[in-house]
Amino acid sequence: MTKTPFPFSAIVGQEDMKQAMILTAVDPGIGGVLVFGDRGTGKSTAVRALAALLPPITAVQGCPINAETHDACPDWANIETKKTHKIPTPVIDLPLGATEDRVVGALDIERALTRGEKAFEPGLLARANRGYLYIDEVNLLEDHIVDLLLDVAQSGENVVEREGLSIRHPARFVLVGSGNPEEGELRPQLLDRFGLSVEVRSPNDVAERIEVIKRRDAFESDFDTFMAHYTKEDAKIRRKILAARKLLPQIETPDDILHDCAELCIALGSDGLRGELTLLRAARALAAYGKKTTLTRQHLKQIAPIALSHRLRRDPLDEAGSTTRVTRTVDAVLA
Amino acid sequence: MTTDTWHNAALALKLLALDPQGLGGAVIRMRASPDRDALLAGFTPALPIRKLPITIPDDQLFGGIDLTATLSSAQLIENKSFFNDPVIAQIPMAERCPPALAAKLAQAADQSLTQGFLLIDEGIEPDERAPDPLADRCAFHLAPEGRNPLVPAGTNSSVPAGTLVKTADAILQLTLLATRFGITSLRAPTLALRTARAHAQLMGRDHLTDTDLEIAATLVYPHRATLIPEDPEDRQSPPPPRESEDCPRGDTQENDAIPDADMLVDAVKSALPPDLLNGLVPAGTTRKSGGAGAGQKRTSNRRGRPLPSRPGRLDGTSRIDLISTLRAAAPWQPLRRQQQPDRRGLLIRPSDIRLKRYAEQSDRLLIFAVDASGSAAMSRLNEAKGAIELLLADAYASRDHVALIAFRGTEAETLLPPTRSLVQTKRRLSALPGGGGTPLASGLQHALLLAQQSKGKGLTPTVILITDGRANIALDGTANRAQAADDATAMATALRASKTAALVIDMSNRPQRALQDLSHALDAPYVALPRADAQRLSGAVTSALDG
Repeated sequence: MTKTPFPFSAIVGQEDMKQAMILTAVDPGIGGVLVFGDRGTGKSTAVRALAALLPPITAVQGCPINAETHDACPDWANIETKKTHKIPTPVIDLPLGATEDRVVGALDIERALTRGEKAFEPGLLARANRGYLYIDEVNLLEDHIVDLLLDVAQSGENVVEREGLSIRHPARFVLVGSGNPEEGELRPQLLDRFGLSVEVRSPNDVAERIEVIKRRDAFESDFDTFMAHYTKEDAKIRRKILAARKLLPQIETPDDILHDCAELCIALGSDGLRGELTLLRAARALAAYGKKTTLTRQHLKQIAPIALSHRLRRDPLDEAGSTTRVTRTVDAVLA
Repeated sequence: MTTDTWHNAALALKLLALDPQGLGGAVIRMRASPDRDALLAGFTPALPIRKLPITIPDDQLFGGIDLTATLSSAQLIENKSFFNDPVIAQIPMAERCPPALAAKLAQAADQSLTQGFLLIDEGIEPDERAPDPLADRCAFHLAPEGRNPLVPAGTNSSVPAGTLVKTADAILQLTLLATRFGITSLRAPTLALRTARAHAQLMGRDHLTDTDLEIAATLVYPHRATLIPEDPEDRQSPPPPRESEDCPRGDTQENDAIPDADMLVDAVKSALPPDLLNGLVPAGTTRKSGGAGAGQKRTSNRRGRPLPSRPGRLDGTSRIDLISTLRAAAPWQPLRRQQQPDRRGLLIRPSDIRLKRYAEQSDRLLIFAVDASGSAAMSRLNEAKGAIELLLADAYASRDHVALIAFRGTEAETLLPPTRSLVQTKRRLSALPGGGGTPLASGLQHALLLAQQSKGKGLTPTVILITDGRANIALDGTANRAQAADDATAMATALRASKTAALVIDMSNRPQRALQDLSHALDAPYVALPRADAQRLSGAVTSALDG
């Protein structure tokens, strides 16, 4: 029933958003992407397209947490087989209003009541392991779910202690959140947890807008030709991501770049060290994606706005200043 | 006009019947009435229409185990997903659809699980309306005006055939038109194009004509418009020439069959909703979502102080209290064993199930009632604004909702209904002009109404009154100083009687005796705005609120 998602490479414009998503695919350790912007700007389209773009992963058949080897499968899952198969990188939707039970997993009530067995029913966090967790309208997410996510995203492990269960399983995922700032703010703790943050706007350029509608139309009315073309384009990006992943460990980071990073973060007064670490990781991923082996200032310059703008000790009422502030400081520090 | 809106509504439903999935659906904003029934009766898609109640539990929406049936029959019984069979989902009372359900449905729509929605919106107030994420995915918004027992059966032959338009040109036209009406969402032109196609199909044609475009624009654009294009003379130069330069295709210029842009603009203009023309939705602002401001229920099933558990159904939104459930089932075991001797283990019936409940503290709502009168503006309105901004930053940190009321001239105005969006609050605040009289009583009255409304939604309101205290406009709008003071005291007493917490901030140069009296009437702490020290005020207010 589910239709093929719109291809990633066919998304017109929104380069920041696309780049941020690609970088998290190159290095999942960057810590996710937050996409904030108006309705109908292709936020959810991009996330769903991402799933088709990412390279498949190897996982044990039937494993609820997509473990790579049999040893890594949790005991409670009772996985007999050692067979593995290739599955698409999981991209799991966390719908608003999802209950805690659905998110972290809970006692399987049905089995407990009908068969008297104490079994664990894994939640969305288990399914998202080794993949992506997508939260649409992340700013409307209820606080207790946000707290849960913060815990798990921090530790990479989901701990369930309820109804007589005591279970823990790995839950490493890339958070992708999207939302519309007009509808409410995001708590600073959660904001900080996202590695990169991009603002999307409807393109002002008429030609670009027309191109969006054209492609959308071609996708619907001339599906086969359209897909034939863009599947190839998607494959190109996938190959580049894989190549970048290989190259990533070899990237050299000159000392003066580290110095620049620190100086930039001090100048901006960003809280904690997460800003610097993310900036560095994202810049390295960017270098790798660009087939470079040495990190340069140019990489820092390019990545700083999306890696730092959401971490400034900012005035929460500031309407649109932070990106500009980052750009200005970057120009001043890295002149 | 009246017949037009009915005619358009009937036509829109005809088109929707042809391509429900592509057009996403329609919002029908009408109260229950024979007229609405008549309109809906004209909607005859090939797919069945099924009602989707807004209280639908997840296991029915997406499929899952039917615990009730499973327990009583002792075998696994699953619910089918609502989207299992292709149906058109009719959502009654869509204005009450919770944001969580809207998000799930929008997600289902994105994944093409759904075959189109029919959102029946019975809202009355402007902010009571179908949730934006769903409405944005629906091509049409139908709100026929007036009474019309004879719903036109749509249109077929009376429409002139029109001249042929290429798809590329149609895209160009529809996109440009959307831009000129300030429609940022790119879903709109896509939906308009599909509407045009559906109309061509309805007319039995396999090509688009300018008539199709005109009808598509009339049906899809007006309710999304955020601005009205300027007069033809002014816009001769900007959009049309640029489009042909920017557009990489050469064929657009050669084709002279492009429908006249002005004709399309006029078509959309004529169908614009009246509130847009009245300027109620100013250009550039997004309409506020109803979702974020809604209060949380006091009884929660997830967090807070535990309450005794209650019998109930497991619907995927609440948690089972296992111990109470077993305790409820225990006494019945021997009896049930006699009835079903072949079953092993505990015999649990749906009626035994107990659900956990918690009492949750409701969210706080800070209602700022700001004096923007001439005397206040003279003295320290800008300082007060600065102080409010600091308070807002606190509100942000503690996840409070805020609302903004300003009083100046002859009466007060609610500038911002309860919201958590501080960006919007700040925007409204900075745009707040000063001048005129001081209708203090009216300001208090607005605050009282808002406080009562928000209590109904489960919020805990606190009124923060910021004024210099020189009330000089009475409730009826007349400039009568004595009456004004009496009215203000009366409203303050009413506010106190409604058990609403309050705080009075004196922004005059010298502390006002009258304001201290008012704060007594309100039973509220009184804080004089320390001169040019917004920071200290914020501290004083925080301690007054917490204390």
